[in-house]
Amino acid sequence: MPTRRFFLRDSALAMVGVGASPLWLERALYAGDAPGARKKILVAIFQRGAADGLNIVVPHGDPAYYDLRPTIAIPRPTADPAKKDDAAIDLDGFFGLNPALASLKGLFDQKHLAIVDAVGSPDPTRSHFDAQDYMESGTPGRKATQDGWMNRALPPAVGKPSAVRAVSLGPVLPRAMRGHTPAIAMQTIDSFQVRNAQAGMQFEQAYAATKDPMLQAAGRETFEAVALLQSIQKKAYTPAAGAEYPRGRFGQSLLQIAQLIKSDVGVEMAFADIGGWDHHVNELGPRPSEGVLANLLREYGQALAAFWADMGDRMSDVVVVSMSEFGRTAKENGNRGTDHGHANSMFIMGGDVKGGKVYGKWPGLQKEQLYEGRDLALTTDFRDVLGELVSRHLGNPSLKTVFPGYEPHILGLV
Amino acid sequence: MRQRAAAILSCTLALVAGSGASAYAKKKAIAQNKLFQKQLAADQKILQALNRLTFGPRPGDAQAVKALGLKKWIDRQLHPESIPENPILEEKLKTLETLRMSGPELVSNYPTPQMVRQMVNGQLPFPTDPDRKRMLTKLMEKYEERQKAGAGAGADAAKPSPMPPARGLADLLDGKTLRTFRQGNPQQRLEAFQALPREKQEEVLEAMPGQIRQALLTVAPAELRRRFEMAAGPQQMVARDLVEGKLLRAVYSDRQLDEVLTDFWYNHFNVYLDKGADRYLVTPYEREAIRPHVLGKFKDLLTATAKSPAMLFYLDNWQSVGPDAPRAGRGIPKAAKKGTRGLNENYGRELLELHTLGVDGGYTQADVTEAARCFTGWTILQPQRGGEFVFNARVHDNGEKTFLGVKIPAGGGITDGEKVLDIVAHHPSTARFISTKLAQRFVADEPPATLVDRMAAAFIKTDGDLRAVMKVMLESKEFFSQGSYRAKLKSPLEVVASAVRAVNGDVTYAFPLANQVTQLGQPLYRKAEPTGYSNHSKEWLNSGGLLARMNFAVQLADNKVPGVKVDAAKAARPEDPVAGIAIGSPEFQKR
Repeated sequence: MPTRRFFLRDSALAMVGVGASPLWLERALYAGDAPGARKKILVAIFQRGAADGLNIVVPHGDPAYYDLRPTIAIPRPTADPAKKDDAAIDLDGFFGLNPALASLKGLFDQKHLAIVDAVGSPDPTRSHFDAQDYMESGTPGRKATQDGWMNRALPPAVGKPSAVRAVSLGPVLPRAMRGHTPAIAMQTIDSFQVRNAQAGMQFEQAYAATKDPMLQAAGRETFEAVALLQSIQKKAYTPAAGAEYPRGRFGQSLLQIAQLIKSDVGVEMAFADIGGWDHHVNELGPRPSEGVLANLLREYGQALAAFWADMGDRMSDVVVVSMSEFGRTAKENGNRGTDHGHANSMFIMGGDVKGGKVYGKWPGLQKEQLYEGRDLALTTDFRDVLGELVSRHLGNPSLKTVFPGYEPHILGLV
Repeated sequence: MRQRAAAILSCTLALVAGSGASAYAKKKAIAQNKLFQKQLAADQKILQALNRLTFGPRPGDAQAVKALGLKKWIDRQLHPESIPENPILEEKLKTLETLRMSGPELVSNYPTPQMVRQMVNGQLPFPTDPDRKRMLTKLMEKYEERQKAGAGAGADAAKPSPMPPARGLADLLDGKTLRTFRQGNPQQRLEAFQALPREKQEEVLEAMPGQIRQALLTVAPAELRRRFEMAAGPQQMVARDLVEGKLLRAVYSDRQLDEVLTDFWYNHFNVYLDKGADRYLVTPYEREAIRPHVLGKFKDLLTATAKSPAMLFYLDNWQSVGPDAPRAGRGIPKAAKKGTRGLNENYGRELLELHTLGVDGGYTQADVTEAARCFTGWTILQPQRGGEFVFNARVHDNGEKTFLGVKIPAGGGITDGEKVLDIVAHHPSTARFISTKLAQRFVADEPPATLVDRMAAAFIKTDGDLRAVMKVMLESKEFFSQGSYRAKLKSPLEVVASAVRAVNGDVTYAFPLANQVTQLGQPLYRKAEPTGYSNHSKEWLNSGGLLARMNFAVQLADNKVPGVKVDAAKAARPEDPVAGIAIGSPEFQKR
């Protein structure tokens, strides 16, 4: 039932979204959210290594694409059964999906998957490290930023917030989640405990008592989260609807994010990454549906599709957004690969997402249209996409804090 | 009332977000600078040196340094060749024979299944050792059997497999031995196995289920263990030896600074072990390109990495071909692999960004491309067979280049790349970048600028003499100050090695320890990105990692980490009921 509270909140947010909102209003809007009530959830995925957007969301309608990539282009969509599996899957007559992403076509058709193209960070760097850092801090070109955009995007907490509001799957806490609001990293839900209970108590006291502020805070956050996750650890988890996550770290990360969300422990923000996109050499195998890029895309697509199936109705609360630090050169390099480029594509998936459409303005691939004469130019700032999700989906109106110095343009994704 | 409180709050927030933040940061920086001036007490100085120049103090180390004199001890560590190596370490490294092999030797003695097949077909020579040849031939037979069985099952599941089923343990052993294998503890199994005649052992080894084999590994003497591991796949031995060697050296070497620096510089010039041919190239890379130069001239270190097959393969330069090179474009014969036709910028970029100038070191995209042109033709002879650096003039771009404003005339051949290395090795940005990184590893996460300035000046004055740069740092007041004392969070490798050292653990099998380092978040030789692991404490500060450290501490003290023997009494404090609390404590996580 759409309650009056929600109505109030949405319209009030629409009002405050444009400018600074008085804090009392923000508070009043969130105060009604009883603890344990379902919250909106944002899942961010980072494709580390600079994914080749042009071979993922293929601009088959632009002939320049085929001129620039004589040996590693994805062929135009075709009905010919012999060639179909190696050709782009048409989306809108101009763009097509890489055939290894067939698992996502259905979601696009059902309008739950949106794509933004020619999107990315405006900073010119072609350094993996710097570009990832900028995208995760949410402040391109500014190295002094201490915290990450996901940490700043968490709506102000009401009452005592859950210790697992923000969770990252992996061995380290990503830059995007670092900051003042507690955020935790875990390799697996199951390993997130001290296996010797007595030792656990001892450690908890030792970390509470230490004079080192850094370790004291980390210890406190850790043990609060441990307490919260204990109940989940005892239960076996079977994905719903027969969802089959691919083997490997990424699929397992999404599986555990699904498990955490469905356990209602208060997750509002989750992060997972998938590496290996830096394809300087032999990006495609003997056939376009084979090789390093295709294998990675299959894993990626199947994991997203499994997450969707597993989450079921809960996807009405969830948006998944995926990004990579920059795109790759429009022209293939000398080794059937691509070098570091500029603009890229982003995927947005969710129950409330206005999908089935490729958003953004296509800048073209003619020499004079390319960024610095070599890369896909940027027509949408990645903060437009993230900003809209933070304000409209999570309902956090303080975009000025989340993306300081930038005013996101709303694309209408949700 | 509520509104007023909110107004005050929002004012405060604005202050923090705006100019207030920089004022606060400034104040904090001033306070921090004061701490870098405050000197440590004599005993603290010794601990500081031990914590930073070694993988953690062992019982008695502090007294030994005191007896020798701190200055003299540091000086010795700066001259590792003057320290006799620990005989215990040399003994333990003996069985890790791959650490001493060349690339081609590694490939032929520890081949992949594909290579074994080529050997059997006569396309590749067998290793000279007859035992090794016999073993590989057997492995091949086994491999083929499995392949055939697999293909048969896939093609027609209804038909019985043409291969006889592999012989099980029951066919090979008498009742008593069989019972021991099925029900005995690892020690009993080991004894039963050792009692078998050698020919029988091989058959039993092949028939043994993987789980039983794994359990035996931890109790078997080193040589027998190797035979077990070889049966599982010879190509894995190279990676195993590498990580075991690293752990053993970290724990046992008496040339501790040499080990710490080898770790630092390998990470600086990171190569990912699991990228294709690098499985065989990393061993000689660390041994010959990194280790000999860690206290030498930076230029030599840089050149050794630039010409190493491991780096050339990892950053794709071996395939980079000049667009105007004689062999580029249409001229390429069909026999040449498709994919060797043009420029690849990967190495050129990382050389400038990560190895020398740093990302803000003052270069442009054009410099990256020009550097890449200079390095065309720097390639590898037979990368899949262990490799060797070679300059191939026929794929070199011989045109004129301009790199960082310097004209490199046409026709320079191999000297083009050497010229680039010379320019960046002596660049002031490199002096600063390297000094900052060293200071971040050895002094503090945000090292004081005054110290970095002096280190960079020494770098330039001494033509990049890394020992001289280290000396400036290790003799500085900042190094021995309260600002740097216990200011760094240990990396997972440091946690594991320092814990074993602190309790004087006896490492009989280092592989499980290396697995612990992976569990803690730092798979050794397996950082896929060229950045290597960050030297900043933040890299390792997170809840999952913290819990993994606590679990490791308890396991270690409880003698539950296979391959390490610990005197539990030494790992406990009188006030703690559970051994290992000290190792998992917040204090122990810092150095």
